[in-house]
This record gives sequence, structure tokens and C-alpha cells, in this order.
Amino acid sequence: MRETVEISLQVNERAQSLRIEPRETLADVLRDRLGLTGTKVSCDAQVCGACTVLVDGRTVSACTFLAVDADGGAVRTVEGLARDGVLTPLQQAFIDEAAFQCGFCTPGMLMAATALLEENPHPTEDEVKEGLDGNLCRCTGYAPIVAAVLRAAEAGR
Amino acid sequence: MKRVIERGPAPEPIGISVPRRDGIEKVTGAASFTTDLTLPGLAHARLLRSPYAHARIRSIDAEAARRHPGVIAVVTAADLPGVQLEYGHAVADHPLIATGKVRFAGEVVVGVVAEDAATADEALRLIEVDYDPLPYATTVEEALAPGAPVLHEKAGRQGAHRGFEEDITRDHPNVCSTFRQAWGEIEDAFTGAHLVLEGTWHYPMCYAFAMEPYTSVAEWKDGELTVWSSAQHPYMVRDDLAHVFHLPLSAVRVIVPYVGGGYGSKSYTKIEPLTAALALKAGRPVRLALNVDDAILTTRGDGATVQLRSAFDRDGRLLGRQATVRLDSGAYAENSPLVGRKAANRLGGPYRIPALEVTCQVVYTNTAPASSFRGFGAPQVVFAAESQMDEAAEALGLDPLEIRRRNLVERGERPWPKVRGLDAKLADDLALAAAELDWSTPPAPGVGRAVCVSASDAGSEPVTTATLRVHPDGSVTVLCGSTEIGQGSATALAQIAAGEMGVPLEKVRLVQSDTAAVTYDRSTGASRTTTLMGLAIRNAARDVKAQLLEWARESWAGEDAPEPVLEHAGIRVGDRLAGWGEVVRAWFAGDYGEAIGRGYLRKAGETAEMPPFWEVGCVGVEVRVDESTGEIHVEKLVTIGDVGCAVNPQLAEAQDVGAAIMGLGMAMREELIYEDGNLVNGNLYDYRVPRFTDLPELRTVLVERGDGVGVYGAKGGGEGALNPVASAIANAVRRATGARLREAPFTPERVWEALRERDAANGR
Ligand code: FES
Ligand code: FES
Repeated sequence: MRETVEISLQVNERAQSLRIEPRETLADVLRDRLGLTGTKVSCDAQVCGACTVLVDGRTVSACTFLAVDADGGAVRTVEGLARDGVLTPLQQAFIDEAAFQCGFCTPGMLMAATALLEENPHPTEDEVKEGLDGNLCRCTGYAPIVAAVLRAAEAGR
Repeated sequence: MKRVIERGPAPEPIGISVPRRDGIEKVTGAASFTTDLTLPGLAHARLLRSPYAHARIRSIDAEAARRHPGVIAVVTAADLPGVQLEYGHAVADHPLIATGKVRFAGEVVVGVVAEDAATADEALRLIEVDYDPLPYATTVEEALAPGAPVLHEKAGRQGAHRGFEEDITRDHPNVCSTFRQAWGEIEDAFTGAHLVLEGTWHYPMCYAFAMEPYTSVAEWKDGELTVWSSAQHPYMVRDDLAHVFHLPLSAVRVIVPYVGGGYGSKSYTKIEPLTAALALKAGRPVRLALNVDDAILTTRGDGATVQLRSAFDRDGRLLGRQATVRLDSGAYAENSPLVGRKAANRLGGPYRIPALEVTCQVVYTNTAPASSFRGFGAPQVVFAAESQMDEAAEALGLDPLEIRRRNLVERGERPWPKVRGLDAKLADDLALAAAELDWSTPPAPGVGRAVCVSASDAGSEPVTTATLRVHPDGSVTVLCGSTEIGQGSATALAQIAAGEMGVPLEKVRLVQSDTAAVTYDRSTGASRTTTLMGLAIRNAARDVKAQLLEWARESWAGEDAPEPVLEHAGIRVGDRLAGWGEVVRAWFAGDYGEAIGRGYLRKAGETAEMPPFWEVGCVGVEVRVDESTGEIHVEKLVTIGDVGCAVNPQLAEAQDVGAAIMGLGMAMREELIYEDGNLVNGNLYDYRVPRFTDLPELRTVLVERGDGVGVYGAKGGGEGALNPVASAIANAVRRATGARLREAPFTPERVWEALRERDAANGR
């Protein structure tokens, strides 16, 4: 038998107690144990940002962040953004600006941008680019994502 | 975004930037990709890959792995009797798992299926493979050198796609295919020339980096196979699977959920046969999900060397072009023979060239196999061709715009014999790009500008079907085999159906990419979907309307009954307009039933001439070069999206921007590097794709002149804006600094070297 440990997390404001293997990443736990497949894994090596989620308000790469290190913390994922079917201004701005194509980078991009706007509600264009530079998108050429984040900032996140 | 609209009206919502129909799913995390799929009893596969570039496999000892707890199956080629191991598009040379020999470092040798991926990983470490290393050739030069190691001892067998028989008769064991494109009297062109220019250009092997790596799930039930996969062309994958497992086409079902990026790299068959073979041996459904490092070893773009000679008269008119193109296509043919043909075709560009002779060789090397990648041969050859156009302008003292104007074919004129006439006004596009760059105002010192064009014979083959179902409430379901790979087909095709049927968009549901549920489409690539599937949907709409008219006649016949008349959104009966649903209800005499429209498209009628459409590219750049570091700063990037009719302007623009930035990445940084038989930068740390902070100032002009073959004059986009980017940057650097770049990507080292060469030439 492999060794397991017990962890407790708040995931999108819901308490979760889980018995997991210590090697499991936060992405494994979210996707495979909690069925929250919105969080995507691409590079699996902390380069692309596709797996970005928030742990206690800070962005982490869930592909390499061990779930045990989130023990006791509050995790937010893309599934936790909209409430009662109402999109956040950022999500709406992504739709309005066509800030995604395939959508594989989008969950991570939204979480990184959410954190950016929480820290800096009125970023300049350069601040958006700098702030999101760790998130890759191969489809859009980035311009519509910048436009969406600026639009959301104007709309009040 | 600016728009130039010179086309006739189109029925709404065609031509409107409606929001993407996959939007809510994609911003809430609900969108389901192959990687998100689970099935009862799903087992997980991992792969053991060769560490050698070229080696014979002496033996494989997998006993310990087979005994490892949690392991369900360990599979080598020897475990798959009765399976047709080799498959391929042009040449059936690619075994789904190594058979006796490996031809590149990273080739799959063993597959392990276990209860979970971690267990499969443990088992991989217990496998011993005894290799007998062979000499290898990782470059085209090495592969064509006398006495070079031979990759494929047996001659290539024709693959699934006919028409390559001549190309693949090999004159050298490492030449996979040869294609020659020629017309006119080439000797005469050069003898009579005022100016002859000659040069050699290099374009790197690139990696598409679709953010979702290749993922497949396979399940066998009662001898029938279902595969979910991140594939662009579900029907082609179906055909290959049927061939590999000796099944009727109807016994293979390929389902494609949302695809996390493709750009051509998910064209054709990838890991699906292997996944299905693993599932067959495991007796369980199997998931094979590659990571990015493995995806790089699965498919890449062809590297190219282009030797180009062009002859001009004193006014800068092209008299002839002669070229030898060599593609570095890796260990297996994949789709490179077609890339080679396209490279040859696309070297003429959109110019009037009285004589041309291009030979393109597709060469096997001991590297990861190359196949389709956005642009498909065009970025490689356009880099050379458009660089040389600027060199000619310079030699003749002409404005780079002017020399292009003098040579561009007119709309309707055939770029070469027996092809469709060009369906674009490229001279006008060129003028638009120049205007965006303020061409007539001289740039500041140290700043250079350039405008480049390209024309690709695009659209692939026009073999496509669509089914359009009209329900008794008047709503519509469209079944189509085109895949939503991010380009927006789910939105644009629904817009076409709504526009053609005259029903609100909300009443149209589009079902895509399930070979057991939707009808045939050849492929989702070559920028063809909006144009060709759009036509098939239009044909299905016409077909169903004709039936409904007949049904109205039958249902409402009678002595004084008025003759029913077909209108855009229904059937007029006297002074009343009956909606489609009402006609269905009347014919079935109840609130049930449906009408089924069939849309066929083939090489006939409006799509008889090849290519179905030309995809033109027109790009302008403004650059500044830091001469002390060799760093190029692309300050402005202009694209002219000449798409005939933008079914969804916002999404059409998005294709241009995405393609141009991808082109920028390939021109500036992207390059797969082999050393000592191994890929040394096969990961995203070392293979650098564009990021937010690389973004230049972007300007897009959408041009709609209604000149394409598609609905309301639509034609394809999505590749055109990539193709000329490298040449535009190289030409702008030349104008800014006097240095000439002939090898992409333009790393600071290469720019610095080119600056030193310039100094040497200037005697400094
Ligand atoms: S998947 Fe985690 S950073 Fe790329
Ligand atoms: S939308 Fe496809 S990678 Fe960003």
C-alpha cells in the first residue's frame, strides 16, 4: 500500500477532507479526486500557467504544487468564479473580446488575471502584460486577452 | 480592427460578430476536452521511448514490469499479431510501436497499461531493452551524404491517401518523396535576364505547442472500437484505425471533444492506433495522455533549406524562378510529402512568373517526425521568395512595393497553368498594409519597414458533407464532421446555417466531430472549414428547403389552393408565410417528424477547380534593431485579413492576430535543436514561444471583397498572416541596418553575425 495522508481544504468555499498520497499535486487532487476538470495541465512543469489556481489568494501552478502544501488553505479554481450562473466581469470580458480560442489556457489565464485585478484593480496595459507574462496562450496572440483584462478593470473586475 | 467591405449583403447573422457559442463553457471550466474524460474501468498508459537516434532492438525484457502489482498489460510490437502496425497518410511507413528498430530518439518502444499512471511509470523503470546502436543522420546533409545510414531499408508503401505513387519512388534511400513543379522555358528565362539573384535560406524545425498535448481514450466493445481523441480530422483517424485493426469503417467511432489547439499538429493520425492497441491488449478502456515533452517528439514542423534563383528584366519583372527545396522530415513520412508539394506550389507566390522549376525533396532523418503545421510549406519558402523580391528591388533601385505591384497576378488570373485564378486583389491589400505603416513617410534612422505577400493553394480537397435537420418547431440541428479546434467553427458554421435557413441563431444547434453521429468531412485544416463546410451546410439548407416546398405542395394541395412559393425563411402559401416547422407538421399530420437536408460537396461545379480557394497573406512590419546586442524589436505588425466575407468578423480577426503572433515566434525564437542525435531543447523552458511581453503594436484590416468560393464570397483565413512574417522582418532588418538574415529564427547571435557580415562587405 502506498502511504497516504489526510488533508482539509476549502475549495471554492466548500470544505473538503481528503485522504491522498503525498506525491499528488494540487492539479491531481482537483481534477481526479474532486472532478474539477476546469483546471488544465499543459506543460506539467510550471512554465505555461495553464494550471494556475489561487491558494489563499496567491497564484500557484497546480501542476507542481503539492496538494499537501495546500492543507488548511482556501483554493479557488475557475469553477468558483461565476456565482449562481452569473459570470464575473472578467469572464464576461473574455467572451466579449474573444479572449480565447481553444480555451485550454483560459482557466489558468482567468485565475491569473483575477489575482492581478484583485491586487491592482486598475492596471495599465503594460502592467497587464507583465502581470500575465507567466501564462502562455498559443491561439490568441495575447492582444484580445489584454483587451479583456482592461475592459474588466473598467467594469469593476 | 478596420474593415474594407466591397461585397454584396449576406443574411444575418452572417457577417455579425456574435459571441462565441463555446464562450460560457470555456470561461467557466465546463468545456470538456479529451483529457477531462473518464470512463468506468478506465486504465492508464505510459510509454517507454528510445534513448537512441537509430538502433536495432535486440531484445526487450518486460517480465518484471508485467508482474508489477497494478499492471494490466505490457505491450511491444511482438504482442500485436494480426494488427497492421504500419500506417501513414502518403507512405505507410510509421509503425504504431517500434518494430525491430528505432529511427529517432523518443520513438515509442513499449507501452504499459496500469490501474493508474504512477503505477505504469513504476513499471516502465523495470523494463530492460537491449539496443544495438546504429550510425545516425540528424540533418538533411548527413542523410544525403555518401554512405549515409539508411533509415528505411524497404521502399515506401503507398499510404491511406492515393496520389503520391510517383512522388515516393525513391532515387535515394533517405529521400522519402520528390515533387517537381515546372512550367515555361526555364533556360530561356535565365539567358535573357537583366538580373539574376541567387541565395540559400534556412527555416527551422518548429513545434506547434498546442497547449493540450495529444490525448486519446480507446474502448473496445463487442469488436467495435470507440476512440475519443484530440484530433483535427476524426474521419481520417477513423480510416486509419479501420485499416490498422482490419475493421469495417462502420465499426470504428471517433469522437472529438473540444480540442486544446491544433494549428495542423493534430491533423492526421497520431497516438490513436497505439491507444487502441493498448486497450485491445488490456481488455479495458485505456487513456493515453502525453505531456508536452512527449508531444514535441510526436510531431513537429518541417525544417527547410531553400536554394532559390530568380531572373528579372530591367523593370523588375520576374522572368523565371528555379529552386531546390529540401525538407527535414524526420524519421517517418507522416504528411511531409504533401507539405513538400505545397512548398513547391507556394514558391511561385502570387506572382506572374513565365517560367518556373522547383524540385522539393522530402528527406528522412533520425529526428522526430514532421508533418502538417500551420502554413504548410509556405512559411519555409515564402521566407526565401519574399526576401529575394526585396533584394531585387534593392538591386534595381525600385521601391519594394513597386516591384511587387509589377509582378502580382490580377484577380482572376491563374498564377500557373490549370489552377483556379487568384481570388484576391493583392495589390490593393498591399496598399492597405503600406498605408498602415505610413509607407510614404520615411522611417526614423535605425528603423526599417517591409511589406510581404504570399498566396497558398489552400482548402485541401473539397470533399465534405453536412446534414441539416428541421424539427417540427422550426428549430434546426446541423450535423457536421468539422472540428472545433478553437478557430470558432462551432460559432461560424451555426451562423451560416441560421443565415441560410432564415432562423434565429438560438434555434440552431450544431453537432460536430463524432463519426458515428455526424456525416463525413475530409478534414479540419488548410483553412477550409468556414468555406467548404459552409458550402456543404448551404447545400443541405437548399436541399431541405426543396423538400419542404414539395411537402407544402403535397400537404396543401387542392382545387383553388395557391401555389406554394419558396422564400428565405419559409414558404408562402397565398398571403401567409408558413415557417419550416409548420410544413414539417403538416406533412407528418401531427406535432412530430422532421425534414432531413443533405449537403454534398465534391470536386465538381463551383469547387471543380483546384485549389478551392487561395489563401493570401499580406503582412507589414516596422522594426528597430539594437546593433550592440543584435536584438530585433518588432514595433508594429500589420496584417491584412483578406477573407472574402467575414462570417464572424471578430473571429476572423482573431485568426489573423493569432497566426501573425505565431509567425513572429517562429521568426524570432522558435527552433528545435538536435545535438548528438538528441533533441536538446524539447521542453517549454528551452523552446521559447511568444509571451505577453513580446506583443508588438498590432493592426488588422479585414478585407471583404466577396471574391471567394464560399458563402457570400467567403474564403479561408488563419494561415495567411503567418506565412510572410519571417520575410517581412528580415527585409525590415535589412532596411534598418543593411544586414541580410537568411536563417530563421533571428536570434540575437544570428543578427549580430549578419551585422558583422555587413561590416565586412562594407570594408569596415
Ligand atoms: S501546466 Fe502547470 S504551469 Fe504548465
Ligand atoms: S486559447 Fe488556445 S491556448 Fe489560449
